[in-house]
Amino acid sequence: MRHIMAKSLAPTDSFRDYMAAQEKKSLLRFLTCGSVDDGKSTLIGRLLSDTKQIFEDQLATLEKDSRKHGTTGDDIDFALLVDGLEAEREQGITIDVAYRFFATPKRKFIVADTPGHEQYTRNMATGASTADLAIVLIDARQGVLRQTRRHSIIASLLGIRHIVLAVNKIDLVDFDETIFDRIVIDYAEFAKELGFVSVAPIPMSARFGDNVTSRSERTPWYSGPSLIEHLETVSVDEAAVELPFRFPVQYVNRPNLDFRGFAGTIASGVVSQGDEVVVAKSGKASRVKRIVAQGGDLEQAVAGQAITLVLEDEVEVSRGNLLVSPAARPQVADQFAANIVWFDEQALLPGRSYVLRTETDQVSATVTELKYRVNVNDFAHEAAKSLDINEVGVCNLSTRAPIAFDPFAENRTTGAFILIDRITNASVGAGMILHSLRRAENIHWQSLDVGKRGRSDLKNQRPAVFWFTGLSGSGKSTIANLFEKKLFASGRHTYILDGDNVRHGLNRDLGFTDADRVENIRRVAEVAKLMADAGLIVIVSFISPFAAERRVARELMAEGEFVEVFVDTPFEECARRDPKGLYARALSGEIKNFTGVDSPYEAPQNPEIHLKTLGRSPQEMAEALEHWLTERDIAEEQYDNGGGI
Amino acid sequence: MNIALTHLQRLEAESIHIFREVAASFSKPVMLYSVGKDSSVLMHLAMKAFYPAKPPFPFLHVDTTWKFREMIAFRDQMAQKLGFDLLVHVNEDGVREGINPFDHGSNTHTHVMKTVALRQALDKYGFDAAFGGARRDEEKSRAKERIFSFRNAQHAWDPKNQRPEMWKVFNTRIAPGESIRVFPLSNWTELDIWQYILQEDIPIVPLYFAKERPVVERDGMLIMKDDDRMQLRPGEAIEDRLVRFRTLGCYPLTGAIESDADTLEAIVGEMLTARTSERQGRLIDRDEAGSMEKKKREGYF
Repeated sequence: MRHIMAKSLAPTDSFRDYMAAQEKKSLLRFLTCGSVDDGKSTLIGRLLSDTKQIFEDQLATLEKDSRKHGTTGDDIDFALLVDGLEAEREQGITIDVAYRFFATPKRKFIVADTPGHEQYTRNMATGASTADLAIVLIDARQGVLRQTRRHSIIASLLGIRHIVLAVNKIDLVDFDETIFDRIVIDYAEFAKELGFVSVAPIPMSARFGDNVTSRSERTPWYSGPSLIEHLETVSVDEAAVELPFRFPVQYVNRPNLDFRGFAGTIASGVVSQGDEVVVAKSGKASRVKRIVAQGGDLEQAVAGQAITLVLEDEVEVSRGNLLVSPAARPQVADQFAANIVWFDEQALLPGRSYVLRTETDQVSATVTELKYRVNVNDFAHEAAKSLDINEVGVCNLSTRAPIAFDPFAENRTTGAFILIDRITNASVGAGMILHSLRRAENIHWQSLDVGKRGRSDLKNQRPAVFWFTGLSGSGKSTIANLFEKKLFASGRHTYILDGDNVRHGLNRDLGFTDADRVENIRRVAEVAKLMADAGLIVIVSFISPFAAERRVARELMAEGEFVEVFVDTPFEECARRDPKGLYARALSGEIKNFTGVDSPYEAPQNPEIHLKTLGRSPQEMAEALEHWLTERDIAEEQYDNGGGI
Repeated sequence: MNIALTHLQRLEAESIHIFREVAASFSKPVMLYSVGKDSSVLMHLAMKAFYPAKPPFPFLHVDTTWKFREMIAFRDQMAQKLGFDLLVHVNEDGVREGINPFDHGSNTHTHVMKTVALRQALDKYGFDAAFGGARRDEEKSRAKERIFSFRNAQHAWDPKNQRPEMWKVFNTRIAPGESIRVFPLSNWTELDIWQYILQEDIPIVPLYFAKERPVVERDGMLIMKDDDRMQLRPGEAIEDRLVRFRTLGCYPLTGAIESDADTLEAIVGEMLTARTSERQGRLIDRDEAGSMEKKKREGYF
C-alpha cells in the first residue's frame, strides 16, 4: 500500500469562505424504501460512489467482497457497501436500516437504507420516522407491489410529505416510456389519498447510473431532473419555527438551590427572553427570565435548538410537561384516538396495558378500542380484534394520567408516541395522535357497587399511604408538602395528615407518654385507611418512633398500599436545625419524653423508600418520591393484567 | 420568520438532547472517554448539555496500558482542567499474563485489554447506560446501530433484533443487569467532527498535528515508536518522518499518515481531499471480514 502525502490547504481567505459555505449547507434526511430486490442498496451505493464518498480502502474491500458474496457477476455489488451485518451479506438481504452520509456542493444528506422484507417493517419505520423525504423504488418489470403500498402508507402515516418515485431497472425494459408511464399512473391512483405534497417520478438504472447524478441519454423522452438534482433542490421545510411554541421539558437542571433550569429541545416555534409561557398540564403562567447557554445567555432560540430555560416564577414543572405559548395551547387529555403501527410478534390487544412514551413523558396506557385495521392494499377499513405484527390500525387509548399533545398532523414532535411492553420492555408500537376524545363519549359505566376500586378509578389513580417517619426537624413536613404539590400538579387526589396538625383536633386529648404515642398512631392509621378507601393518596407525616406501631399501620392497609418513607437525618443535624426550638428545650431538660433525647427512635429496617437527606434538596427528594409512585403504578398494572393475558 | 439551523447546529442539538435523555432516565450512567478527537467533542457537548452544572456522571477510561503517552498526559490534564470525575480501569488479569499486541496479536490484545476490561469496569460499578463516541460513518456495522443500543446482561449486542427507534422518542427501559450503550455522535461524520473542533476551538491530543516522529514501516502502516517496549522485526528500521494521526488507539496498532498539517485549518483542508477512510489506520478492523460486528457482539464499543 502506498502512503498518501496529503496536500494541505493553507488557511487562506478562500478556505475560510469555503468553510463558511460548508457550515451554511442545509440538511436533507431521506430514506430508500420499496419491495425486496428493487435495488435500494444498489442505489445508495451508486449515490455514494458518484458523489465520491467511497474511499480507496473501502473500494478495495468492496471489490474483494463482491467477488465473494456479490450477485452482480464481475461488477462491483454496491449493496455490499450498505448491508453491513454478517447475516445480511450471507443471505443477500437487508435486515436493518443503515445510515449513510454524503454531500454535494449544495446540500448534506443523511440516507436511511431500509429493508424491503415485510417482516422487517419496524426497521423501515425506524428509518422513516426521522426522514423528510422517501425514495420509493419500483422494479420497472414488476410495477407497484404490496410492499410498495405498505411502505408508502407507513411513510405517509409517519408524516413524510415528499416522495421520489424511482422506477428502477429501466434498462431491463429497454428504456420503455410506456412502461414508465403506466407505473406512474398506477402509483398516482393509489397515492392520491396519502396526502403527499410532491411526488417526483424518475426513470432510473441504479446499477448503471442512468438519471442518478446526471440525466441519461438513454431516456430521451424524460425531461425532468436527475435524482441528485431533485434532492438538492426539493423544498421540505416544514417551517417548525412558524408553529406555536412547544417545549417538552426533558431534564430539570438544578446544580444548587439558586438555579433551576428546564432543559429540553424546542419542538416548534420561537422563544425569547421575557416571553410569557404556560405550563401545559397545570395552566400556570410565567415568563422566560433567561435562556441559558455556555458562553452567555441567548436572547432568542428557535425550533430544533436544545436549550435551558429559567422562569421568573417558582412554578411547578417537571419532566414530561410542556412549556407552551399562552395564545395557542396544546391539548391535555387522558383519552385520544391515534394511528398505530404494530411491531411486535405478540399482537396488540385492546384492554392490555402498555407503557406509553412521548418524547419526554411516560405513563401507562390501555387501548380501549380498536376501531379498525387499515388494509395496506386498498385502504379498506376492516373490523379487527387485534393488530398483528406490521399491521396498521386506528385505536382509542386511555392513559392513567393526562398527557399534553398536539395532533400529529399539526406537530410531528408533540403528536408522536411509542408503546412499550411492560414485561419485555420491547418497543412494540408507534403511535400518531389524531385527536382527543371527549370523556362523555368514552367512559363506560359499569353497574358495580361503589367500592375502593371504583372510587380510585374515577380519580385515575391507585390509593397509597406514604408514611413519613423520622426525627423531629428531619424535614418530613417540608418534603411531604412539596411531594403533595407535585402530585396535585399532576392531577392526583391527595391529603396530608401532619403530626402537629392532628394534635390540634382529632388527637388533642393525647400527650407524649408511650401509651399516648401508640394511641396517636393508631387513630391516624385508621384515618389514613379510610382515606385510602376513598381512593386518595394519603401522606402521613409523623415522627412515629416505634417499629411496632408502624407495623400495625402497615397491616391495616391493603397489600402494597403502605409505603414507609424513612426521612433519615442524623440527630446532630436535626438538633442543629431545630426549626421549632424544641431540641434546645429538650436537651436542657425542659421537655420530657423527646424522641432522640430521652425517648428512643427505632429506625426502619426495610423502608420502601429511604431518603438520606444530607446534601440533597427537598425538591430533589420530592421528585424521587413522585418517580417512585409512577414506577409503582406501572408495575402494578402489569400485575393487574396478570402479565398480559 | 425563517431561522434555519446550520448542519452543525442541528447535530449539536441532537447530541445534547441525547445526553439529557440519559441523565433523566438512567440511574447510573457513565461516559466512556477514550481521549481521541471524538471523545473531546463528546466531552465538550456533555459540558454544554448540563451547563451551568457539571455532567451528572463520571468519565471512564479503559486503559489498555499501550496508549500513546501523550494521550495519558492529555487525559489527566483535561480531567484537572474541567474538574470531572475520572475513573481509570485496567484489566489486571491481562497485565499479569503480560498480554501485549506484539506477542499476542491485535485480536487477543484488543479482546483482553479492551473488550473484557470494559465489561469488567461496567460490572464493577454497575453502570446502566454508557456513552460512546462511535459514529455511523466509521464502519458498516456501526452504520446499522441504534443511538440507544440495547445490551443484555452479558453486554452482548444482537444486531438482528434491535429495538425500533422512532423519532426522538427513545426507549430507555431495561431490566436489572441489562444496559444501554448510547451514541450521541451517531449522525456526525469525520468532517463534521473536525469542522466542529475548529468552530468551537476544542482541545485535542497533539498527536493529531503533524510533527517529526520516530516511525517504522510495517504491514503497510507507519507505526510510531512511543516507548522502549516497541519490538522491531528483522530488517525494520526506525526513521523520523513528518507524520500525524487521523485516529488514536494503542500505539502499536495505530498507523500514522505522512502529512504536514500542523494546524486545525490544515487538517480540515486535508480531510476535504482525503482518499482513504480514517479506520484504514486501525489494524484491528482488518483482521477479518465483519470483525467490528463480531467485536461489538462480544461487548466492544
